Amino acid sequence: MQTKKIVNDGNRTVDEMLEGILAAHPRHLKSAAGSPRSIIARDGPRQGKVGLVIGGGSGHEPTFLGFVGKGLADAAAIGNVFASPPPDPILECAKAASGGAGVLFMYGNYAGDVMNFDMAAEMAAMDDIEARTVLTTDDVASAPRDQRQNRRGVAGNFFIFKAAGAACDRMLSFDQCERIARKANDHTFTMGVALSPCSLPQTRRPNFEIGPDEMEIGMGIHGEPGIARGKLKTADEITDEMLDKILDEMAPAHGDKVAVLVNSLGSTPLMELYIMNRRVKRRLDDIGVSIHATWVGNYCTSLEMAGASVTLMHLDAELQTMLDHPCDCAMFRAG
Amino acid sequence: MTSIDTADLKRMFDEIAVAIEADKDRLCQLDGLIGDADHGIAMGLGFGAVRDALASLDLAATEPTALLNTAAKSFLNAVGASSGPLYATAFMRGAAAVKGKATLASADVIALFQAMAQGIQDRGKAEIGEKTMVDAWLPAAEAAAVAHASGKTLSESLAAGLEAAERGAEATKDMIAAKGRSSRLGERSLGHMDPGAASAVTVIGAMRKSLG
Repeated sequence: MQTKKIVNDGNRTVDEMLEGILAAHPRHLKSAAGSPRSIIARDGPRQGKVGLVIGGGSGHEPTFLGFVGKGLADAAAIGNVFASPPPDPILECAKAASGGAGVLFMYGNYAGDVMNFDMAAEMAAMDDIEARTVLTTDDVASAPRDQRQNRRGVAGNFFIFKAAGAACDRMLSFDQCERIARKANDHTFTMGVALSPCSLPQTRRPNFEIGPDEMEIGMGIHGEPGIARGKLKTADEITDEMLDKILDEMAPAHGDKVAVLVNSLGSTPLMELYIMNRRVKRRLDDIGVSIHATWVGNYCTSLEMAGASVTLMHLDAELQTMLDHPCDCAMFRAG
Repeated sequence: MTSIDTADLKRMFDEIAVAIEADKDRLCQLDGLIGDADHGIAMGLGFGAVRDALASLDLAATEPTALLNTAAKSFLNAVGASSGPLYATAFMRGAAAVKGKATLASADVIALFQAMAQGIQDRGKAEIGEKTMVDAWLPAAEAAAVAHASGKTLSESLAAGLEAAERGAEATKDMIAAKGRSSRLGERSLGHMDPGAASAVTVIGAMRKSLG
């Protein structure tokens, strides 16, 4: 049976979405001339500033293009649904974002994205733009601790991009921006749970099967199977299972500060996210970890998948400053 | 004496586009088991874009190298994803392997085939046994080259390549993914054929049908 979606033509979903987004956010966003899949901040790139280019497949909105704006990313390259953009739109983003001080490429660690962004970096070098890459690898469920470099980038992108974007906006050097971006990634931990599948607009078929009473812990944001499937548990039990793994790796000391993101994978409502956040707060209170800031909502989705993820960023003074730095994007504002 | 010209190569890409389109749903289903269920879509988009781009070429004025480079660029820009850079690199390396030739003898076709397989391996950095399209492409190219070196015709050599690709794809069922999206699954990837290896068999099958 086909899933129900409000679309015109399954093959045109990304371009029609972009048209709608540009119509909604003309003050913040434009597309690069001749490259409609390169979304540029109207008020971001400037001379002497390190440029920040993010990007990846569509279907995760507001990731990636919602985080394009002053104080955060200068440009986002947009791929087909769940597919990396090809090198050309990435290159156009790099050109638009370049202020002569280097460009950071930041995106989730997926084989396709790495190949396309690396090809774009080689092309940018021919235009005398130095691009450096910082991959996000926050999904603790996607590889063991000693293989952090193999992990996927998921909702924690939000914190990692935010910190890097602030460093760039504060006109720090290329080396400093890269260092802060890497530190932000190292300090960010995400774990997700999926309850029901999503479906691609072109196939309108659920992209995995899951029983009516089941959940999948650790599922990726493209519906990649997770690490374990089990019976659906209560909000507190699910949140505990995520936090146990996150806190075990993060190992915060009494008195440390974190930022919290409770994110919907698409169709899980705010009501359920806040029930999870209640548990997050209690658990962190219990171990004497203080919450500097909390975000709850749709930050990195997987089309209409039901489920949620919890992300914690372990803050130090520098990362806290970067999170607090103002930004003004199409779908996110801070400060 | 085999002589493959630009028009033959265009027909080969048309044949691949038809074969992939017919196989799209199966490839998506295979990908859904261990990945993100879009492999058939990406391959369909890519070879559809190649077909359209080649249709606007003046074949009489185009050498095989230029046709293969056009295929590479149109595939890459339509797809992105993983298959975009992998197949685009395959076609570009193939283009380089036959540079300067107006028509291809059977040895040139074998060289083209080998360059494509090597390009895929170089771009994705996968080894045999890591449950990727390399498990179909590399044995296929090697088997075709060995057959050709032992005096077989192009048709027989490509048939040997196709058989090796089929065996390679079948063997991915017993492999634990070490590259690509499914590599995070660990042992849960066992028992399922790699969708990239499965589509490689479809591509190679269409190449054999068209060139052999």
